Amino acid sequence: MKKVNLEVNGKKVSKEVADHTVLSVFLREVLNLTGTHVGCDTSQCGACVVHVDGKSIKSCTALAADLDGSKVTTIEGLVKNGKMHPMQEAFKKEHGLQCGFCTPGMVMSAIDLLNHKKNPSDKEIRDWLEGNICRCTGYQNIVAAVKEAATKM
Amino acid sequence: MKTFNYHSTKDVKEATKLASSSSAFLAGGMTTLPSMKLGLASYKDIIDIKRIKKLSGIKVSGKTVTIGATTKHAEVAHSKEVKKAIPSLAALAEGIGDPQVRNRGTIGGSIANNDPSADYPSACIALNATIHTNNRKVSADKFFTGMFETSLKKGELIEAVEFQVPEKSCYKKYPNPASRYAIVGVYVAKHKSAVNVAVTGAKSCVYNDQNISGALSKSFSSSALDNVKISSSGMNSDVHASADYRANMVKIFAKKAVEAC
Repeated sequence: MKKVNLEVNGKKVSKEVADHTVLSVFLREVLNLTGTHVGCDTSQCGACVVHVDGKSIKSCTALAADLDGSKVTTIEGLVKNGKMHPMQEAFKKEHGLQCGFCTPGMVMSAIDLLNHKKNPSDKEIRDWLEGNICRCTGYQNIVAAVKEAATKM
Repeated sequence: MKTFNYHSTKDVKEATKLASSSSAFLAGGMTTLPSMKLGLASYKDIIDIKRIKKLSGIKVSGKTVTIGATTKHAEVAHSKEVKKAIPSLAALAEGIGDPQVRNRGTIGGSIANNDPSADYPSACIALNATIHTNNRKVSADKFFTGMFETSLKKGELIEAVEFQVPEKSCYKKYPNPASRYAIVGVYVAKHKSAVNVAVTGAKSCVYNDQNISGALSKSFSSSALDNVKISSSGMNSDVHASADYRANMVKIFAKKAVEAC
């Protein structure tokens, strides 16, 4: 067992978990933050993307113990004062989702892109979302949503 | 994933002391963790080396670029110094996997794993790299020994990779559209004395294609490869591409790389 100290969505948490606990399991099963989804569980689909110390990573492929001391932001941490994040608003406005399973990962990944690049081109958005798979084939509207968010962020 | 004991280490001595026949060093974990989840690998001890400060960072001198083992792909891709000294190396790092993989995956992890389709091993061969471990220096041509095999001994830890700055170079790959691993990748580097051409993805292990290297050493132009024959013998044949197709792609991507140099 390992004691893991993290700051998750601005709150300090300290939990004792099995050494092989990955961050996605820590978030979902220990903290009950089920907004982070697990699709493939082998770092291909991107449904589990969260931010660790400001960078997007796949939470299914990082050990919680390894991230001790880090700041984690999940999809639940985006709402501020009851207001959705501009990226969430844009996904809603542009119908950037169908079933919604991939959406938390898409939103977290897309925010990381806009943190690096203010006005990405369609190609840059598509290249960036390489690691996020949408099985409803909703990519067209996802790209439109990211472009819309870029005008607001 | 089977249980294991996780150790976070602060220096190389501590890490290598913990190593045993049932342990693995953990850097980015982009291959190690999925392999363990799939039951392809299991270890009693996982020795995390990411908090060892001396293993991370980029140093550029006039003739060499040295990258610490736990330096992430994104750091290499965005490094102004690497972009200036060996632009093709930064571009290679930018083409690995996806942004989240590049935020975690490391150069040391990539070459220690020596996946037949990985990008970095080709850079090591083409750029006459020297692999620094905790107890020796190994030249790249003696480091990659076979499919997922290297000359690393049990408990030996990669500390850094030292690349020779070429006169000009370019890496071109035909990526698997799903994984971005190279179906075929060709790294061409023109050094003062000779041209090195490393091929990844085509065979069970990265290799220096002597025929292409020889032809380009005589004349550095894509037309110099017109009459070079690439044998498909020993090339991978799978659902993504047949051996003959790969052999053809080796030549095409070698030409593309030369033209883009």
